[in-house]
Amino acid sequence: MAGAAWYPIAASHDLPLRHVFHGQRLGREFAVWRADDGFVNIWENRCLHRGVRLSIGINDGRELRCQYHGWRYSNRTAGCTYIPAHPADAPARTITIRSFPVAERYGLIWSSLVAAGEGPAIAVLDGEKALVLRGIAVNAPAKLAIEHLKNYRFQPLGAVADNAAATALTDCNDLSVTLRSRQDEAETLAVFFVQPVDANRCVIRGVLDADPAGKERIAVFHHHNERLSALRDEIERESATQTAPQPIEPVYEPVAPELAEIPPLAPAGRSAALNVRVARKWPAAHDIAGFELRALRGHLPTFQPGAHIDVHLPNGLVRQYSITNAPGETGSYMIGVKSEVPSRGGSQCLHETVREGDVLAISEPRNNFPLRRDAVRTIFVAGGIGITPLLAMAQALHHSNLVYELHYFARSQEALAFPDRLATLGDHLDTHLDLSPAATEERIRALLSNYRPRMHVYVCGPAPMLDATRRIASELSWPESQVHFEYFKNTHAIDDSSRFEVALARSVVTLEVPPGKTILQVLRESGISIPSSCEQGACGTCLATVLDGEPDHQDVYLSDEEKRSGAKIITCVSRAKSARLVLDL
Amino acid sequence: MNAASKCTDAVILNLWHVIGDVSEMQAGIVYQTVLLEERLSFAIDAEGAPVAWRSLPPGKSGEAFDPGRVSGKLPTVSAYGCVWACLGQPSADIFPIPEYAEAKRRNVNAGTIGVSVSAPRAIENFLDMGHFPYVHTDVLGAEPYTEVKEYDVEISADRDEIVATRCRFFQPKSSVASTEGSDIEYVYRVPHPYCSVLYKTSHVDESRLDVIGIFAQPIDQEHIRAHMMLCLVDEDSNDTAIRHFQQMIFGQDKPILENQFRKRLPLDPRAETPIRADKSSVAYRRWLSQKGVTYGVIPAAS
Repeated sequence: MAGAAWYPIAASHDLPLRHVFHGQRLGREFAVWRADDGFVNIWENRCLHRGVRLSIGINDGRELRCQYHGWRYSNRTAGCTYIPAHPADAPARTITIRSFPVAERYGLIWSSLVAAGEGPAIAVLDGEKALVLRGIAVNAPAKLAIEHLKNYRFQPLGAVADNAAATALTDCNDLSVTLRSRQDEAETLAVFFVQPVDANRCVIRGVLDADPAGKERIAVFHHHNERLSALRDEIERESATQTAPQPIEPVYEPVAPELAEIPPLAPAGRSAALNVRVARKWPAAHDIAGFELRALRGHLPTFQPGAHIDVHLPNGLVRQYSITNAPGETGSYMIGVKSEVPSRGGSQCLHETVREGDVLAISEPRNNFPLRRDAVRTIFVAGGIGITPLLAMAQALHHSNLVYELHYFARSQEALAFPDRLATLGDHLDTHLDLSPAATEERIRALLSNYRPRMHVYVCGPAPMLDATRRIASELSWPESQVHFEYFKNTHAIDDSSRFEVALARSVVTLEVPPGKTILQVLRESGISIPSSCEQGACGTCLATVLDGEPDHQDVYLSDEEKRSGAKIITCVSRAKSARLVLDL
Repeated sequence: MNAASKCTDAVILNLWHVIGDVSEMQAGIVYQTVLLEERLSFAIDAEGAPVAWRSLPPGKSGEAFDPGRVSGKLPTVSAYGCVWACLGQPSADIFPIPEYAEAKRRNVNAGTIGVSVSAPRAIENFLDMGHFPYVHTDVLGAEPYTEVKEYDVEISADRDEIVATRCRFFQPKSSVASTEGSDIEYVYRVPHPYCSVLYKTSHVDESRLDVIGIFAQPIDQEHIRAHMMLCLVDEDSNDTAIRHFQQMIFGQDKPILENQFRKRLPLDPRAETPIRADKSSVAYRRWLSQKGVTYGVIPAAS
């Protein structure tokens, strides 16, 4: 029925900069807001957490923040990107507000209950000009308003001050009334859309096929304001003589079952869930290619700063790349790929083979390098291509006016990736060019020398630089929990010669891990699905909880403190020192 | 409201409910209020004892109290500066707040605020720390200090009540003397489906706890009058300043509560999305479910 059709939900002029408009149709409420990139979001007007209206939330231009607990939801995807009560965690679950199709046309914002193609087509308004009148709210059923609008009389443009026009009804349906007014040479067509707000409430949104300027425009507004207000009084007088229909009970859909419980383990293996097109490939710096990846259809999933995707390459390899986007930039993912010499085959393939227009398979974004936003100061230390996750993080803090500094170590000015993005960070960015390893260490020591409680440092870059930064932070008494790092790869030689048993506490299964095989492989062979990504002990996706036994850590993901505690294990490389390991799987 | 929609929840009917603040009453005068959709009259008699009865016909506030003309008296008591009544058979005494009787404490009734929300939504908000930086900005919390650290929740072994302990939250300017913020400790009790009591480090004496109670008077399923009771170690501030502070805090919560939908607290776990910080609210919802409370909530489909 009407579900497939487009209907107006607001006027474009209801969405001034950074406003959240409270829309309503048939008892159901919507939070309608325009992001700074122009995209209009039409969302269910309820935060999934505690049901507070999102229309009282804050539109920061990229994300909508709930007033109650500060949960952030991203432009376009409506996915939750940050839960301030748990700053160390990436929102583990797919918490996404229900959003509705949107089209902006004829000066109105249109929506639909289902995806309904290109948007509304109102042939009589398809000319260049459209003037949207002020919406007139009426306390009466929409049907009654439609009836009265058929007899609405108005003056055409050019004869507004007169009173001798003939108005003819040219079209009418459940949604709108179309009228043409004529006086001599002057002629104006008007479509009046009636938006049923509730059973006994509606809004009349008039659109004229004219676009006068200056005084004439104001005269037209006055003319219709006056006549529509009179019409409203007439409709409401008649409505008052009838029995008011019961308000429509709004629909409250239950949240997805996986959101209802406190937290499950993330499912899914190393999957290529999405197909994307390379929309743009460009030199992001000397030796670094930028790739912009767009969904073939629909929206890409929500990402958080620090997240990476697996890219499945035409040559069969799978590589991880961090998303560099700023918050709310959800139309595409931007990644940077360094040309490695010698390449293990991934960077070479992307640099040489993959072109604009090619289709690639990628995984959903995964965030094993989450950004806390509760630091009094955040220091980012990037080396070379290690800038990519930190660029996304820096832009997120920058946009929220949080205190941070980004230190970018590179060989030369030309080697600095994404210069246009870096420029948006202003004097938060400090570049350190062409330093020797010793000079780099000295500089890092200076950067980390003023430790205060609640400061956090994030470092990403080549392994020697990461190792040095971690060592220096430790020497300068930074708590390990406040030093966050992401290695590109695990450069340690993996010793897979041991033999041990793995007992799975939840599945009540015991498996043997022989030399030459990893825990992850043995689990997979037994049909137990664990998510994984880099499969070399760097990204942390295949993390499992250890209940008993002593792990033999061989990864570069866990901190030393985490390794000492023995409570977690990276199953793609690490093994057991004890004869038996009990995992919470 | 027609008669059929009045409260039929036996658990709620047999509880004591707050109906007025003693500090705002004069002896011998009749006051009017609404409890669970019933119009009530109440007064303090010549001996200082509270009396409450169903208003028939509806009377006006301010009439002189005439004990001879009152029929159908309800069970009524005075506790924590408030008058409490029961529309059914009270099954127990009012929950204890031992600190109220302690020497060297200030007991202040901080006022009553009408809120268009169900009583359980108001209680759940009272138990919640995560909103401090956003709703009580620069008073009870401030960005970027938004973390809700792990805490413990249990149903008390001695009494039928929820107790949340080891709750800590960063508060800017936590005491008059300090300029830096620090973590403040809280203990929360929910001893009654519509009442909660919190204990919080005193800003005067860090070894003692201030006590703040919220008693929600259910007007109907979606409207309350929230009565606030303070029992403080503070001997310096005047009552007016204390009241103003508390009313400012609650005034910040009110618009949030009134924009919460649905207004009744949904007990179905799939109605909303809990996180670890919501352990106490998860326990509270479960506790209401187990008690079989139906008034002011949307029971889980069985």
